[in-house]
Amino acid sequence: MTDAAGQNPPDLAALARRIRATVVEMSHHGGAPHLGSALSCVDILVAAYWSYLNVDPANSQHPLRDRFILSKGHASSALYAVLAARGFFPQAQLADYCRAGSGLSEHMAPGCLPGIEAATGSLGHGLSLGVGLALAGKIQGRGYRVCVVLSDGECNEGSVWEAAMFAAAQSLDNLLVVIDFNRWQATGRSEEILAISPLREKWEAFGWSAVELNGHDIPSLREAMSAKHFQVKQPKCIVARTIKGRGVSFMEDDNNWHYRIPTEEEVQLARGELGQP
Amino acid sequence: MRNAFAQELTRLAARDDRVVLLMGDIGNRLFNEFRDRFPSRFFNCGVAEANMMSVAAGLAMAGLRPVVYTITPFVTARCLEQIRVDVCYHRQPVVIVGVGAGLSYANLGPTHHSCDDIGFLRMLPHMQIVCAADAHETAAGLEAALQQNDPVYLRIGKKGEPLVHAERPKLIIGQGIPLQAGEQITILATGNMLPIAQEAASRLAASGLSTQLVSLHTVKPLDTALLRTCFEEKSLVVTVEEHSLIGGLGAAVAEWLADGPPQRARLLRIGTPDAFLHGAPSQTAARAAWGLDAESVVSRITDFHQQSCNR
Repeated sequence: MTDAAGQNPPDLAALARRIRATVVEMSHHGGAPHLGSALSCVDILVAAYWSYLNVDPANSQHPLRDRFILSKGHASSALYAVLAARGFFPQAQLADYCRAGSGLSEHMAPGCLPGIEAATGSLGHGLSLGVGLALAGKIQGRGYRVCVVLSDGECNEGSVWEAAMFAAAQSLDNLLVVIDFNRWQATGRSEEILAISPLREKWEAFGWSAVELNGHDIPSLREAMSAKHFQVKQPKCIVARTIKGRGVSFMEDDNNWHYRIPTEEEVQLARGELGQP
Repeated sequence: MRNAFAQELTRLAARDDRVVLLMGDIGNRLFNEFRDRFPSRFFNCGVAEANMMSVAAGLAMAGLRPVVYTITPFVTARCLEQIRVDVCYHRQPVVIVGVGAGLSYANLGPTHHSCDDIGFLRMLPHMQIVCAADAHETAAGLEAALQQNDPVYLRIGKKGEPLVHAERPKLIIGQGIPLQAGEQITILATGNMLPIAQEAASRLAASGLSTQLVSLHTVKPLDTALLRTCFEEKSLVVTVEEHSLIGGLGAAVAEWLADGPPQRARLLRIGTPDAFLHGAPSQTAARAAWGLDAESVVSRITDFHQQSCNR
């Protein structure tokens, strides 16, 4: 398998901008909401797929592959676009996103495309699935790692904290969680709806080795994912501070873009801002 | 039944290193042998059933054969959405074992009763439901469940239940086991009501009503070949279960009947009512209160048969 880290990595910031432009177009063409949520996690996904994850797009079912789960399933357009860019399937397949009858639903179906490890969409499931995959790796003596991306709103779910305590009890050091901490959930500030702060300290209190960083700084994400400053024998958590709608000025930190679909004109404006002709 | 489950699970785990046990902090000492022999495949997941169920799905995705065990309401209703999404939608071979099904824990109160679990799980695509009648069916049902490539819910009692089978029966998921032949009436009993149904069938036969008895351990998928035969040949088919008439075996048979061509036999469903059972009765007293003792079952069937003959 190929680890994309190190080998003349492409300009990841430019790649992330291209992926964001794709995601904006997917929302428009598919008539699909949650654009702000998708834009929020693009840099996390780029850092994971072009640095951390040991995966082979040509052999997506390899038993020793690292596993990635986007637990915030409503941001699937970001994962679809990243997997296409990473070569798991042709870019043209993204045109099927939310097209009636295409089979590519907004919330991923099991095995809907190469590289999709799990169907998510109901929040609070992905971490436990990831814990199961990580535990299986330990039982079977397989050295793969598991990465799960959660949203901050998703941390409302009690099952997340059940999973957090179980993972710590099992010392799952092959498990990495990244929280896309954009401080919004569907209808309000995550801080005000449930008391989410202090988030990093919460994960530490639950037995995890945790760091907090700028979730749009790809080099920082890559460095943190490499796990050098994590404690051994503990599951790892990156609290990634992000901006919902990141990359498009009129979407940034505006929660209307949890549900709004961009018009043709807004797509062009966004593409321009993202440096796409 | 729970001791038979633990013994059989240990036997099967020795044979298949994919078998992993997840339990929800119950069964004091029940799994000591399993834990001692297979420490890397034994997990007490704590009182956190939602996580436990999804972890099982994740283990299955990686090629393992997880068995998830705790008290029935907590391994079904408590984590229903995890079963629906992570187990059934992903079509993973997870074996879900509910101990103390029906009114097994009658004296513990309605939080621990489970007369709705078959209904909850029967609605989920890909789910198979097996209700064990005794220790032999528990062991045979577990072995059969672990050979499936789809999820299975195995519903068992607690301990000390009478044995119906003299020895371990050949249990095929989806096929009832005929126990007594008869011409006029068929009793289809599932799970821990089978001993009561057996007694009722004997009494009916002694009173001159020729009664067939079948252990219909699998509620889903239904043994439709068996149903067709019974409804064509008999004048009365009776379902008996320690589960609500809403959603259980009787409901499943009624749905099958409603959707098919007219049948000769009538259907009588015996189960629990649409109610919580208050007080702290023993299982025996709870069954008597809800008409699930052998005497009540016999008189319901006799009366219903008489009315049908008089029409």
